Amino acid sequence: MPGPIIRIRGLCNAFGDQIVHQDLDLDVMEGEVLGVVGGSGTGKSVLLRSIIGLNAPAAGRIEVFGQALAGLQGNARRGLEQRWGVLFQDGALFSALTVAQNIEAPLKEHLSLSRALMDQIAAVKIAMVGLGPEAGSKFPSELSGGMRKRAGLARALAMDPEIVFLDEPTAGLDPIGAAAFDELIGSLQRQMGLTVFMVTHDLDSLTAICDRIAVLAEKRVLAIGTMADMLRQDHPWIREYFHGPRARAAGVWTETPGT
Amino acid sequence: MSDTRGRIETIPAGNRLELRLSGRWEVGCAAELESALAQLRPPGDQPVLIDLSCLDRLDTTGAWLIHRSIEGLRSPQRSVTLTGARAEHEQLIARVSGLYQPCEIQPPPGNALVRLVTRLGENALTILDIAASFTAFIGLTTISLLRSLLKPRRLRFNAITVHMEAAGINALPIVSLISFLIGIVMVYQGAFQLARFGAQIFVIDLLAFSVLRELGVLLTSIVVAGRSGSAFAAEIGSMKLHEEVDAMRALGMDPVEILVLPRVISLMVVLPLLVFTADIMALLGGAMMCWISLDIAPDLFLQRLRSTVDLPTFWIGVVKAPFFAALIALTGCYEGLQVSGSAESVGRHTTRAVVESIFLVIVADALFSILITILGL
Repeated sequence: MPGPIIRIRGLCNAFGDQIVHQDLDLDVMEGEVLGVVGGSGTGKSVLLRSIIGLNAPAAGRIEVFGQALAGLQGNARRGLEQRWGVLFQDGALFSALTVAQNIEAPLKEHLSLSRALMDQIAAVKIAMVGLGPEAGSKFPSELSGGMRKRAGLARALAMDPEIVFLDEPTAGLDPIGAAAFDELIGSLQRQMGLTVFMVTHDLDSLTAICDRIAVLAEKRVLAIGTMADMLRQDHPWIREYFHGPRARAAGVWTETPGT
Repeated sequence: MSDTRGRIETIPAGNRLELRLSGRWEVGCAAELESALAQLRPPGDQPVLIDLSCLDRLDTTGAWLIHRSIEGLRSPQRSVTLTGARAEHEQLIARVSGLYQPCEIQPPPGNALVRLVTRLGENALTILDIAASFTAFIGLTTISLLRSLLKPRRLRFNAITVHMEAAGINALPIVSLISFLIGIVMVYQGAFQLARFGAQIFVIDLLAFSVLRELGVLLTSIVVAGRSGSAFAAEIGSMKLHEEVDAMRALGMDPVEILVLPRVISLMVVLPLLVFTADIMALLGGAMMCWISLDIAPDLFLQRLRSTVDLPTFWIGVVKAPFFAALIALTGCYEGLQVSGSAESVGRHTTRAVVESIFLVIVADALFSILITILGL
């Protein structure tokens, strides 16, 4: 039975007077795909940024791989950071580098591999995320939004991480592209045994690939569980979210839900 | 999960070579695994057996390394076999090898000579292009200015005052300090030279003429080009990147009227005032230096100043300021609007805005000198 790979206890985040999280607890299990949903401004991205250490929390304890990131310095911290990959919303590719150079950037920074091996790893990652070999020498500004996301995912996978954080991976993609991206994440997750932490609004992604769903509201994790668990929740926001017309269109539920 | 790094052991087994891979074959160990694999040179046509049964973990980099060494060792005379692989490891190796397609890392650089010639030609054409479109931009702004003057309600007084504060009032300290120091330096250097002819009193003429006619306006323009020309380019450039300029056009708002005009007008108003401040500060610095090192008291300094400098000398300097201001603001806004694509482009165009506006200011200054000589002022 795999244990929690990310453990959050009593997390508090505040910007000025505005409290985003208060006493937030969350466990992410090894090898699962966790979808994090919540209304705008409920701090989904802040939660993601807190876990990967971009945001220093006001209080609370965050453990990843059983280690608290806040207490680590220098090499130990870098060692931990190499074990996860992050896909930011619009890919956040380095605009001065080509796609292949973007993928090689973390390899170059942390390892001393031969030129040939790095190029081959970059080529494998480009193919893995479904980009053609011609994409390698292109600059991010020459790519479409969907290709930028794929390239960003390839960079997130460059160091063969154990956890991948995705911030709204399908936002801004057309339905076909979004479905293909879901499929891609799902298949990569199965093949590489990844743990995926995904902030999303996409009900299709939630049904298609998420093992569990965490709902952020009222400054904490209001509910966590499978889609079936979510459908049984009584909280008005959760009901509205998972029983709305868009949820029906996404095939979350088919028959009229019980009242 | 054990923490052993990936390793290769060679087990001699009769006439074939047996390799046992163990530990964690992942990207963190890739450097040492790659060099270990490179050292394997089995003699002749000795068959190779690769045993994967002791692998703890395999990631895509490890899988790629295994695939690559199989391909490297295999030849028509030599067979290479994998044994003991777990199903998921075998799948990963198969997937990675199936996916790989060599790809370009960066656009091919091409022939160096061809590149040099191409760049030369491209740059020449770019300069012509810029000259043409900058001229068009000046025309566009002028039309927009005339239209706004006909309907003064369309002028954005709020924006104009904001830019006047940013480009004018906030620039006062640095402009004052620089011209004060220039005044000191001019007197100090001039007195040293003129002392040889016993003509130290003429240092006041030297200071007054050079500062009022040329240095005051030139230095202030260069400082303002560095401060405000760059700010205009960067502000408008980042708005361009975030599609704010496109949003304006889509909403039927004219970016030239909203972004460019207020900046041009405000700079044309404040630069002459800044030049006036700079003139005064330079004269003050000079007067102070005269008093300290040449024993010329302030009243004598003033007397001399009044007898040598007439009002046209002052106006010749100040009248150039609005023209220089227009050049600086137009260049900054023009370069800002040329931004496209990436953050790098903002930096490139900001640099260009500063360099071009300083260049244009100095060219314009030279033209003014010729004009003034012809007019006999």
